[in-house]
Amino acid sequence: MAKRHASRADRIGLRAAMADRLLPFMVAAMSFLAALGLAGSIAAGALATHWLSGAQGLMTIEVPTPSQPIAANGPLRQDAILTLLQATPGLTDAHLMSKTALAVLLKPWLGAAASDGTLPIALPAVIVVHSSGKAPDAAALGVKLASVAPGTLVDSGARWAERLAALTTSLRASAAAVLLIVALVAASVVAVAVRAGLSQRREAIEIIHGLGALDSDIANQFALRAMRLAATGGLLGGLVALPVLAWLGILSASFVTNAPAGGNSLIAALPPLLWASPVIFTLATALIGWLAAQITVRGWLKRLA
Amino acid sequence: MISFSHVGLNYRRAGSGVANAVALDDVDFEIPEGGFRWLTGPSGAGKTSLLKLMYLAITPSSGRIDLLDTDTSRLDRRGTALLRRRIGVVYQDFRLLRHLTAYDNVALPLRLARRKEVQVRADVSELLRWVGLAGRLDHRPEELSGGEQQRVAIARAVIARPSLLLADEPTGNLDDDQAERLMHLIRSLNRLGTTVIVATHNQGLVARHPAPVLELHDGRLTRHG
Ligand SMILES: Nc1ncnc2c1ncn2[C@@H]1O[C@H](COP(=O)(O)OP(=O)(O)OP(=O)(O)O)[C@@H](O)[C@H]1O
Ligand SMILES: [Mg+2]
Repeated sequence: MAKRHASRADRIGLRAAMADRLLPFMVAAMSFLAALGLAGSIAAGALATHWLSGAQGLMTIEVPTPSQPIAANGPLRQDAILTLLQATPGLTDAHLMSKTALAVLLKPWLGAAASDGTLPIALPAVIVVHSSGKAPDAAALGVKLASVAPGTLVDSGARWAERLAALTTSLRASAAAVLLIVALVAASVVAVAVRAGLSQRREAIEIIHGLGALDSDIANQFALRAMRLAATGGLLGGLVALPVLAWLGILSASFVTNAPAGGNSLIAALPPLLWASPVIFTLATALIGWLAAQITVRGWLKRLA
Repeated sequence: MISFSHVGLNYRRAGSGVANAVALDDVDFEIPEGGFRWLTGPSGAGKTSLLKLMYLAITPSSGRIDLLDTDTSRLDRRGTALLRRRIGVVYQDFRLLRHLTAYDNVALPLRLARRKEVQVRADVSELLRWVGLAGRLDHRPEELSGGEQQRVAIARAVIARPSLLLADEPTGNLDDDQAERLMHLIRSLNRLGTTVIVATHNQGLVARHPAPVLELHDGRLTRHG
């Protein structure tokens, strides 16, 4: 038959009813935002895991006035604490941070005075120790150490890890909220376009309905079209987001690894999940388009008759 | 079998001070399977309203309607749609899809029934040729004359071999020759078992094709047989 006839797939001649060319671009914008949100959440997660793995099992002990003896003829406070730590089960690799290492750490705050010995105050000694399973917790250890050298403070990575975990959780929750909102907005955009198509074809739909079309016959026509338009937008947004994500990945990679950016690190910088984002966004927006159209059309048809 | 028992229909007239307009009042009749009936009566008597009830566009205000051995009050949405597919309708105002060609308009019922496209092509082409529109397959309704549109509407109504055929003034825009061809088509379908009801003002047509008559006056059935 001549090509003016409805195509095979467009059995009831409604496909052309949703010629919204703007829809893919709006969905693309939504997908781009969603990709950024997702990247933020993934990056926060990666950084947190990295920092946590470094922080966990590490305790820092500060001993004020380290060079005084604990008693007349007794050992120095810092040595007494060091000995005690080495004798505590579960604690390994206890070592005093060197004066120079400490000076490097403090330099940003104290300036040159940190290293040239002209500092008017006595610096505490800092001892770093690794703790494993059967080690006492920071509080118990703190009490024990203070009884030997009063004023000694124990700072465990645990408290810091807790705060970091809380931060990561709230970052993830925000990212999830962003994704949800973006998905809802995309669904609304689809619903509006479908509604416009429905009222434009109202008469035709009434006639087709009268001929015995099922709600699903009509809804599927719109849903198929909405799905294609939305998926196109999803793919577009996902692709546009890739270079931006790669760039963000490189930026955050410098926190995670010491390797200099460049070369293969572009690929290494992006987690696999983000590389898949064009595919994921195509599928997700296809689903959103399909569902939003189905719900919109079926609701509209129920009110029609 | 078609059966109306004590069917009443009031159109709700929103916002008007007038009480509900009574379109049909205590309409009671039966038509056996494969029967043929003329539906006559003056303008405004309720012919279209009666047909609308039969093609399930509206529901009665009172009484019970059985169509093709189905109690219509018990139908859900899906059941209603599936029953509609067994009823062919020629509307008084044609109701063709404006953006589709004559061919695609006639093909609609077959496509809704998911017939194979080769079969659709064969059936639609043949029927359109039969109603004299072989050269108009690719025309949209706006490119067709009133009589041609009416023939497309008729073709669409009969293409799927309905069990019940309802025609509202199907000869209104046709000349006598075309009207006779149409009646020939309808009577052939009727002989093949389709129950047929034709609403018309055309007394000549009724006289040339004698059959039992349902006659309405002011929404009441005044003659049956
Ligand atoms: N949708 C409607 N709302 C309110 N009243 C209506 C509606 N449709 C029809 N009516 C009224 O119901 C009555 C019957 O109308 P109907 O269309 O059934 O008449 P008819 O016999 O088909 O007339 P005609 O021969 O002119 O086609 C008329 O008084 C009409 O005004
Ligand atoms: Mg009428």
